[in-house]
Amino acid sequence: MNGIRAFFNKNGLVLSLFLLGAVSIWILLMIILPQVFMLDFSFRYNLPPADIGGPKDVYTVENYRYMIFGSVNNPDAFNVVDVTVFFRTIAAAVFVTLFDLALCYPIAYYLAHEARGGFGRLMVLSLIVPFWVNEILRAFAFRILFGSTGVINNFLLWSGLSDQPIDFIREDIAMYAGLGYAYILLMVFPLYNAVESLDRNQIEAARDMGASWWRIHWRVIIPYAKPGITSGCTMVFMLSAGALAAPQILGGPSSLWFTQIIYQWFNTGGNWPRGSAYAVILLGACIVFVLLMMKLFKVRLGEIAR
Amino acid sequence: MMQNGVSRLAWGAFLLIFFAYLFGPLILMSISAFNSSSYPQVSPWECFTFEWFEVLAADEKLMAGLQKSLLIGLGVVCMSVPIGLAAALILTQVHQRLRPLYYTIIVSPILIPGVVLGISTLIFWDRLGTMFDADYDSFFYDGTFLTIIGQTTFISAYTMLVFIARLQRFDPVQEEAALDLGASHVQTFTKVLLPFMKPAIGSAAVLAFLASFENYNTTVFTIVSESTLTTVLASKVRYGINPSISALAVIIVVLTLIGATVHEIRKRRQMRAAAAEGLDPAVVNRAARATRFASPTALMIVAITIAGLATVWMSRDYSIMECKAQVAEDKRQQAEQRRKALQAERQQQRQTEGAASSGSSQSGGRSGGQSGSQSGSDGAYQNIFAPSNLEGTADGDEADSADSPAGDSGAEGYQDIFAPTNLQSQSGAEEAAEDGEQQPYGNIFDPANLGGGGDD
Amino acid sequence: MSANVELQNVWVKFGPFVAARDINVNIEGGEFFSFLGPSGCGKTTLLRCVSGFLEPSEGAVRIGGQDMAGIGPNKRPTALIFQNLALFPLMTVWENITFALEVRGASKAERRKRADELLELIALPGQGDKMCSELSGGQRQRVAIARALCAEPKVLLLDEPLSALDLKLRQHMRSELRAIQQQVGITFIYITHDQGEALTMSDHVAVMSEGVIEQVGDGNTLYNDPATAFAASFVGENNPFEGRVESLDGDYAVIDTGSGRLRARLSAGAEPLRAGDKSIVFVRPEALKIVDGDAGRWDNTIEGRVMKEEFEGSLWHVTLSGHDGAPIRMSVINERQSLGHSAGDSLSVGFRADMAVALPHGPMAAE
Repeated sequence: MNGIRAFFNKNGLVLSLFLLGAVSIWILLMIILPQVFMLDFSFRYNLPPADIGGPKDVYTVENYRYMIFGSVNNPDAFNVVDVTVFFRTIAAAVFVTLFDLALCYPIAYYLAHEARGGFGRLMVLSLIVPFWVNEILRAFAFRILFGSTGVINNFLLWSGLSDQPIDFIREDIAMYAGLGYAYILLMVFPLYNAVESLDRNQIEAARDMGASWWRIHWRVIIPYAKPGITSGCTMVFMLSAGALAAPQILGGPSSLWFTQIIYQWFNTGGNWPRGSAYAVILLGACIVFVLLMMKLFKVRLGEIAR
Repeated sequence: MMQNGVSRLAWGAFLLIFFAYLFGPLILMSISAFNSSSYPQVSPWECFTFEWFEVLAADEKLMAGLQKSLLIGLGVVCMSVPIGLAAALILTQVHQRLRPLYYTIIVSPILIPGVVLGISTLIFWDRLGTMFDADYDSFFYDGTFLTIIGQTTFISAYTMLVFIARLQRFDPVQEEAALDLGASHVQTFTKVLLPFMKPAIGSAAVLAFLASFENYNTTVFTIVSESTLTTVLASKVRYGINPSISALAVIIVVLTLIGATVHEIRKRRQMRAAAAEGLDPAVVNRAARATRFASPTALMIVAITIAGLATVWMSRDYSIMECKAQVAEDKRQQAEQRRKALQAERQQQRQTEGAASSGSSQSGGRSGGQSGSQSGSDGAYQNIFAPSNLEGTADGDEADSADSPAGDSGAEGYQDIFAPTNLQSQSGAEEAAEDGEQQPYGNIFDPANLGGGGDD
Repeated sequence: MSANVELQNVWVKFGPFVAARDINVNIEGGEFFSFLGPSGCGKTTLLRCVSGFLEPSEGAVRIGGQDMAGIGPNKRPTALIFQNLALFPLMTVWENITFALEVRGASKAERRKRADELLELIALPGQGDKMCSELSGGQRQRVAIARALCAEPKVLLLDEPLSALDLKLRQHMRSELRAIQQQVGITFIYITHDQGEALTMSDHVAVMSEGVIEQVGDGNTLYNDPATAFAASFVGENNPFEGRVESLDGDYAVIDTGSGRLRARLSAGAEPLRAGDKSIVFVRPEALKIVDGDAGRWDNTIEGRVMKEEFEGSLWHVTLSGHDGAPIRMSVINERQSLGHSAGDSLSVGFRADMAVALPHGPMAAE
């Protein structure tokens, strides 16, 4: 092909081989093939190593069927646990996303338009520092905070607001707070970038025309910041839906996360194909979400990645 | 003006709450590292101690995990930096129409959930291994290899983004000039492009290392039977909490602060240098003004150091053993008092039981007494079974999956084990009791001594 | 050491777009040759073909008699000075200059020595350790030249190198470049859209328009004996009078134009004209003289109305409107008196037949 020859001409033999080789290895061996293999694997039976490749090794939709309908001995019509967990995970991820959006939008706006130079930079720095701390330690910190002898409970008891320690963990509040906390940075920065590039004169003009601050945001700033909002929401949703550490550490008994179920299939459940099927379903949900966001807010994929 | 003042107040309050949310957990966790109580907490405060740092240093599993994390981090840097650079260069050369597709593929690993990346990597190489009939010792199944590959998959996308940003400021005509002057393609690459990319290579490497070091979602699947610092941490946090974890957090926070300060100072210096080159007085002034704010950060560090030194100085007269003994004594007295109160209440109940049962006041009193004793005993239960009062918790730091009961829908952590309702049936609590650790209130666990609220 | 450059039936096509059409040029070794034309005419394309960054779709490029097909830019005996100079920003001046030696593996001492020599040549002694960003535009220009010369090319290619400089500097650099070329003795191929540059510096100039070479010649020939309408209108100022050939007369022709029947010389290099062909008569502004009652002694006279007079120091420029309102420009040498015409005055101008050229009709340069 002419394009290939031009490429080799432009870059010389050694370099061309390096460039093409490195990128091919990455795309094929690490991105595309593993997902394909995982997809393929999800359609197989869970066979012991001896049977693999043998006559029993055929394709089946059994694993997917299991997720929706449960085992053959299932008295209920559906696999209530797994299906509920799946939808609850999605719903919770949406909730966390909205929570972070509401929390971070004012911060991003403040950073972009109100903060003065030096203070702004300090703010940015102080936003970044908590995120260099490991996510597990952060979840751990929340565990301490919300535990039954944690600071919050101690404060409540001491101030008389409650006469018994509140089990935050059982109530899932700890986890939502922890998840919301984890992705603040990922929501603030796209928002900040989007809002910052807005010409301040537009805001001034709107204010001159007598618009209330609420209207200014709703009609002027938010539409302009759409790509940033989409980007931030997408990242936070995907990371929340796919979170594993926070649910494991902060999750109460009633808030099982879909990723935990996947983890179990690989660990104690010992059914890798089934785990793969669940993973594929999770991936599918994420893809659907991204496409939805792109369609709804009319942004292209290129604008979503940082 | 009034509205301005109100809005300023509102902003101030919001920012205060936000930063409390942001920093509160970290600060409290750091403080808990110095509390000698065996469950990390800030209050009640027992004794000030550095012992948890020693426990941390002595933790072999953690240290092994740390080594593995460093090794994997190195491997990831060595792979993802060249791959990211190659991908960025190809992006600049790829055909106009192919570019969106190429970019989508390249950026997708960032959007794919980490667990999915880990799983797909694991399965891919596992299947390849069976296809090639490989040994179980071979690299197809090796946790370190798989983790490096799995992490490289998405970290290369990060490095690529760094390189793309830098490449956009590169004048490609320089490469033509070099070629024209007789340089070979390789020479052009090494003498013209790489020197220009050097700062980006540096930041990409740091970024890659940090991202690899702190990764959990992907690693937990690909690491198979080994462990990194994060997986060890995770299992510790889930199964055996003690303040040595807080101690680790303190170290990491301090390192992060130092790193952030160094980075900030470097950036300021760069800005100043760039401004000086441009000889633009306005920019130079602004940069100079900005550098004045390096002082708050520097001030903070100085303050922390002084505080640290002060505590060390003050601790000369302070003996930890004494403090602990004192605390243990206090607790024993408290428990003793509570037990006496319990007994007194029970006696009172037996007395009121004999009276007429239909009297509203009596029943009221009874139910009141019951609920009183109920809440009292519940309150007693709460304190007794709160993990903070157990000396030497079961160190459950084996991350083995076999620990979590198969098929259980994932109740993890101590919370459920010590809920009074689960006490009799759960194995975890009995394990803890049988562990034979020093229990200053040993006989409280004796079922015979459990006064029940209203179960007579 | 210099080499000659031949372009033989060179076509350059980008898909359906033809950037260069059947180019045939012969550039002698050691000469200063310019390609002159407006932007988009294809001169940069040809330069890239000679330097090796572009392979022609058809035809051959020969340097020193050797066919350059398939030979990359780093293997050709050419050096290119880019329009934006493309100096290496992370290297010092002397490192930039001796880059060609560096890639050949020369030692640092050798390179420093050569750098000093070249710095002397370009009149920047002692500046070797500075960074390029510390130099002025003109100095950077010279560093680019030194860098190219250090590669000891047989052909030096220059891509509009003076376009970013201000007027005085540009004029200074013109003579400098010419001087350097004569001193070093290698072939210079220079592309520009400024015909003043091309004419003053070059031995030969190729005028190009839309991928085609209109004419190749020295400055004198191009100016006085243009071969096409484009060449005539692009090089210097020229007044066109469109019409049809009425009759031919040896070296002359009579063209029937809207301004009357004009007798003009035929150009040696142009396509031959026949009676009835459409033709344009070109007359230079300085060839037009004011008719002062002695209409008889002029071969051609034209009536017009004065539109304006402009004084430009050494010359008076008078703009007349001709029979169809088209402007006619006339230049009169300043002889210390105002011409005394006001707008609206009618004026007769005359010119000699041998000072006008009749050319086949064709597209002219844009204003």
